[in-house]
Amino acid sequence: MNFEQTENQKMIADMIRDFAAKEIKPNLMEWDESQHFPVDLFRKMGDLGLMGILVPTEYGGSGFGYFEYITAIVEVSKVCGSIGLSMAAHNSLCTGHIMAFGNEEQKQKYLPKLATGEWIGAWGLTETGTGSDAGGMHTTAVKDGDEWVLNGSKNFITHAISGDVAVVIVRTGEKGDSRGMTAFIVEKGTPGFSGGKKENKLGMRASETACLFFDDCRIPAANMLGNEGEGFIQAMKVLDGGRISIASLGIGIAKGAYEAALQYSKEREQFGKPIGHFQAIGFKLADMATKIECSELLTYQAAYLKNIGKPMTKESAMAKYHSSETSVEVSTDAVQIFGGYGYTKDYPVEKFYRDSKLCTIGEGTSEIQKLVISRHLLK
Amino acid sequence: MNILVCLSAVPDTTTKITFTDNDTKFNTDGVQFIINPYDELALTKALEITEAKGGEVTVISVGEASIDPVIRKALAIGAHKAIRIDTAAKDGMHVAQSIKQAIEGQSFDLILTGRESIDYNGGQVAGLLSELMDMSLVNVVTSIEVEGDSVTAIRDIDGGRETVSASLPCVLSAQKELCEPRIPNMRGIMQARTKPLEVIAPAGDYTKTDYVGYELPPAKEGVKLIDAANAEELIDLLRSEKKLI
Repeated sequence: MNFEQTENQKMIADMIRDFAAKEIKPNLMEWDESQHFPVDLFRKMGDLGLMGILVPTEYGGSGFGYFEYITAIVEVSKVCGSIGLSMAAHNSLCTGHIMAFGNEEQKQKYLPKLATGEWIGAWGLTETGTGSDAGGMHTTAVKDGDEWVLNGSKNFITHAISGDVAVVIVRTGEKGDSRGMTAFIVEKGTPGFSGGKKENKLGMRASETACLFFDDCRIPAANMLGNEGEGFIQAMKVLDGGRISIASLGIGIAKGAYEAALQYSKEREQFGKPIGHFQAIGFKLADMATKIECSELLTYQAAYLKNIGKPMTKESAMAKYHSSETSVEVSTDAVQIFGGYGYTKDYPVEKFYRDSKLCTIGEGTSEIQKLVISRHLLK
Repeated sequence: MNILVCLSAVPDTTTKITFTDNDTKFNTDGVQFIINPYDELALTKALEITEAKGGEVTVISVGEASIDPVIRKALAIGAHKAIRIDTAAKDGMHVAQSIKQAIEGQSFDLILTGRESIDYNGGQVAGLLSELMDMSLVNVVTSIEVEGDSVTAIRDIDGGRETVSASLPCVLSAQKELCEPRIPNMRGIMQARTKPLEVIAPAGDYTKTDYVGYELPPAKEGVKLIDAANAEELIDLLRSEKKLI
């Protein structure tokens, strides 16, 4: 077993550190305060190949595997969770869904635009009444000749307003039937398709979240992904990979908070010595570092299985669960170590603290991850 | 337009410097190496020139296999091929002579280096190499324009700037402001492993100097804060303790 990062991973991490120092760090608090979604930044990230990391080069992507993908998400999220979240959602949900289940024509049409950041992708599963119970969705698609007519709405969708294309999973059969849902590609500008009001969120404020509305929205039958009735099963598979994304996001946020706290523990003096030399703080740092490394090992284990094409539902759920909880715990400890300063916006840890909470909720709550894990254990 | 960029691997700027062997050797344990920042400017400029005028950029470096990741980063940034001369870089003459021997028979229109490496700050390679190659040298340049068979470069001088022209081929050394260094992209990183990195044996040992010893600068003293209202105390300390006035 080799636990060392590859040369490519190190180079990717270096590249993102340089990019983030110049393009993200100076602006992140302004974006956070004003809830600005920096579309231009994602175009630049597209130029660097960060918007199609897993997409094969023949479709304009970077052609890397999950190890490099983790490195990229972690490094971006160490600086700003919002940008990490948007990058993860774009790469693994919308782009990932088309890559995994699109036909050749769909891949040729959409992947080059998505992988280069020319287009930003959204993905819609959740509805106002159905979060964890995604199968109970109300949004429908009804076949009418060569078209499908979509009606309903999707909730909490990343890039619902700025996204150029969305993959949505809607009901085409009976409620309660896991084969009663189908995935479709919907392009921005399609009549009857619109984004709603931007949600005013606790954290991840530079990552755009809003509703998607479908009002007699007609799309060509050619926009169906895979076959009718496969949407829910496809979505669950996309979420398997998505869990690695959110696990990486959690690791990045935790690392960002931990590194800031470690540095502060060496510099801040109380009672004549750096606070890190007090066991109360030193042990906190030990716990933080250990939790982060556990999360990393679990996430790389899931990525290893994904890279070689083996089942990894349980492992990715474990990685997502552990990393998400770690991001909340570590960023909470980081605020505590900073004391009063940690509660202010002059220091970076309050943002990590706010951003982290999304990880235990988005793309399957911690409770859902435990359900997935326990079902596997009790099989 | 074929350009050779001489590249040095130097410790990351945040490295904590220590020495071994009775303070005669730099301790490389756990040190992260990077492309010398001035050489990175030379590389970026070389890429800009070849993108505008066609041709290839070759990077060359003197060092052992441990510097291969640094060379591959140059390939990821965009260099077309690389040569590594498999010997530890000992001094300026050793580096310049090794490069001269390695490129014998190849023709380059321009040879670019950094103004100096940020570790040993010798600043010798550009000058020595130009002499060994019988090429003209324009040192410490902040702008390079290639037109036909000649190059026009701007260099900083005391209190101003001078514009110098030289005929090709020639050696130029890069100074800050020459350009914005490039960040490699994912595709470049992916391609770096498939680009040629030729490793050649050193033709000889041309070392002219030997390191006798290193010393670290004295540790910085603690800061003494004096109340703004208490200027007299400050003057007194500067006079009696620091003997500066």
